[in-house]
Amino acid sequence: MRHLIDILELSVNELDELISTACDIIENGEKYAHKCAGKKLATLFFEPSTRTRLSFEAAMYELGGNVLTMADAGSSSAAKGESVADTAKMISCYADIIAMRHPKEGAPLVAANNATIPVINAGDGGHHHPTQTLADLLTIHREKGRFNDLTIGLCGDLKFGRTVHSLIGAMTRYKHIKFVLISPEELRVPDYVKNIITDAGHEFIETTSLEESMPMLDILYMTRVQRERFFNEEEYLRLKDSYILNVEKLNNAKEDLVIMHPLPRVNEISVAVDNDKRACYFKQALYGKYMRMALILKLLGIK
Amino acid sequence: MNIDSIKNGFVIDHIKAGKGMEIYRLLKLKKLSCPVAMIMNAQSFKMGKKDVIKIDSDINLNLDILGYVDPDITVNVIKDSVIVEKKKLELPEKMTDIIFCKNPRCISSTEQELSHVFTLADRGRRIYRCIYCDAEA
Repeated sequence: MRHLIDILELSVNELDELISTACDIIENGEKYAHKCAGKKLATLFFEPSTRTRLSFEAAMYELGGNVLTMADAGSSSAAKGESVADTAKMISCYADIIAMRHPKEGAPLVAANNATIPVINAGDGGHHHPTQTLADLLTIHREKGRFNDLTIGLCGDLKFGRTVHSLIGAMTRYKHIKFVLISPEELRVPDYVKNIITDAGHEFIETTSLEESMPMLDILYMTRVQRERFFNEEEYLRLKDSYILNVEKLNNAKEDLVIMHPLPRVNEISVAVDNDKRACYFKQALYGKYMRMALILKLLGIK
Repeated sequence: MNIDSIKNGFVIDHIKAGKGMEIYRLLKLKKLSCPVAMIMNAQSFKMGKKDVIKIDSDINLNLDILGYVDPDITVNVIKDSVIVEKKKLELPEKMTDIIFCKNPRCISSTEQELSHVFTLADRGRRIYRCIYCDAEA
């Protein structure tokens, strides 16, 4: 039985298979409409994340399956003192597959070690968020047509931004990738993530300037400076507006730049940018649903 | 200073001076009822100063802990007052409940009866990471 806790558990070949299934779903959706008939997905969300939960639920419904939701798990089972291990054992009695989000890092791994059904990590604190990375990879595949020879700018909260860490981990497995890490000093990429880049033989540049980096980028991945990742409110207020993408900053960007964002956006991308053909973040959310469909099929062993 | 030689047990030698107590604590030697000698700042040709621990009992010694603290430590196995084996230490691939995760965001900080497990992430840099949150030990 397979789980998905960290994107790196999937080989490059398996990623290719998932992408190819997702592309087939995009082209021939009707073929997949009843693939999961009679199966149930349990979405266990111990911290609020409406969009990821809805994406999973939409994915399961489009496969003809059903959904059990514990949207406020944090205020039910956990509040009563139930361990993650017990929750996983209990849900295994009711559902066929689990998607779990939890504020504690490693909670989905604990669930996977105790469940008798596949567990998908839908985000664990500031740690992993593999299905967001699946969405990101399908976006890159569909919009750039390749995974090699890319200069990828990552901008915003690179310290706590789990989507950034997962995407870096996934992209280091391809060839000739250059990372441009754009963040305030306080929110730089942790050293262990930089080691992953250099150990894989890729280059990275650290900078505080979004504008100066813009002309070299093939992909710009914007992230939100998240209030919940700060211990200190003052720090949050000081840094939250540091890196805002607007139409002016895009003047010296490449014509075929792909602008990505895991969403939700607060104000780090001005609404006017949405009309630019290079803005791909809403498509990215749609691609996320297709990749979740492909993943559910894979983990349930349905062809 | 005289410390009796041991009959059956272990001599943990070439411990970096000052590290002896850490090993004493990690091996939970306090719980033993047999004679245990802790020698600190002993003279050493090779190291200048070193710590040595002698245990006069054939206990189940956790070599992983010693390998983690310092793989250059020497472990001599004593049988009938003679050294019968010199154990070679290595950095263990995995450690369970030897070191503990200090990351307050880690599930191991709240989940009941969850073992703290670390795996060797980088042998060259001797870096261990928590299997749950990837925090460095």
